Amino acid sequence: MASVIPRKEEKLLDVKIGELPSWILTQDFTPNGIAGAFQRGYYQYYNKYVSVKKGSFTGLSTVLAAYMLFNYCCSYKEFEHEWPRKYH
Amino acid sequence: MNENLFTPFTIPMMLGIPITTLIIMFPTMLFPTPNQLINNRMITIQQWLTKLTSKQLMNTHNPKGQTWSLMFISLFLFITSTNLLGMLPHSFTPTAQLSMNLGMAIPLWAGTVVMGFRNKTKISLAHLLPLGTPTFLIPMLVMIETISLFIQPLALAVRLTANITAGHLLLHLIGSATLALVNISLFTALITFTILTLLTILEFAVTLIQAYVFTLLVSLYLQDNT
Repeated sequence: MASVIPRKEEKLLDVKIGELPSWILTQDFTPNGIAGAFQRGYYQYYNKYVSVKKGSFTGLSTVLAAYMLFNYCCSYKEFEHEWPRKYH
Repeated sequence: MNENLFTPFTIPMMLGIPITTLIIMFPTMLFPTPNQLINNRMITIQQWLTKLTSKQLMNTHNPKGQTWSLMFISLFLFITSTNLLGMLPHSFTPTAQLSMNLGMAIPLWAGTVVMGFRNKTKISLAHLLPLGTPTFLIPMLVMIETISLFIQPLALAVRLTANITAGHLLLHLIGSATLALVNISLFTALITFTILTLLTILEFAVTLIQAYVFTLLVSLYLQDNT
């Protein structure tokens, strides 16, 4: 199924899984391109959840929860053996 | 036990690459730039807090010292946000590393001292001798004051590092003590849990206070030398 908008401007969450490899090939991986992707992602989240007329704490707390999850994943190896188990 | 106690303070790695720089840059994402006169709620709250803090910090300086306001406010915001983010479980606190705090303290202190010596050499040198000392004590006192001058950046850095590290360590220890006591005696575990709650409140206060103290002291050093 061909997409309606040009392939390059489609957001990642709108790309179908079958089209994922071709989507990746159209993205530019130069440092400028990667910086642009991060900037676009940041402003997509910011304009949708934070800079609204009646923004609430959830806009910020989702980011903090994701940060906590990220740190959990990064340090998983260190507390893997601390779980209360009968056999370590 | 030895290895487990300090593992929260090791450099975070992702696939073998240290991601410390990313974690240090993360708080910048939480402070968006205001680009309108009336902004969204998050920016408004941050602006209000920033104005409150900057007035409190900078009202004792003369105009020359107030040119440092941007430096002080960004320093305060950085330390506060980094410390507060470090209170989240499993997160890494960059300000608990002595290397980073030395990197913040030494240039700022050196900037104030060099500015003082360049612009008001006589007054800066006169600071090395308190008023009204007996004449025969002067050489020793000058040496003592010089040493205390050079201790200042070290004290700034070590104060912040020690406070944050000690607080985190205490929370870890008392938390694991509570968990270990649950099977042994529930009442003691409840007492320990109360202590843990109080300590957490104290930790949150410490994060803010330490940022304030750091910035305040640098501003004091500036006042001496402006």
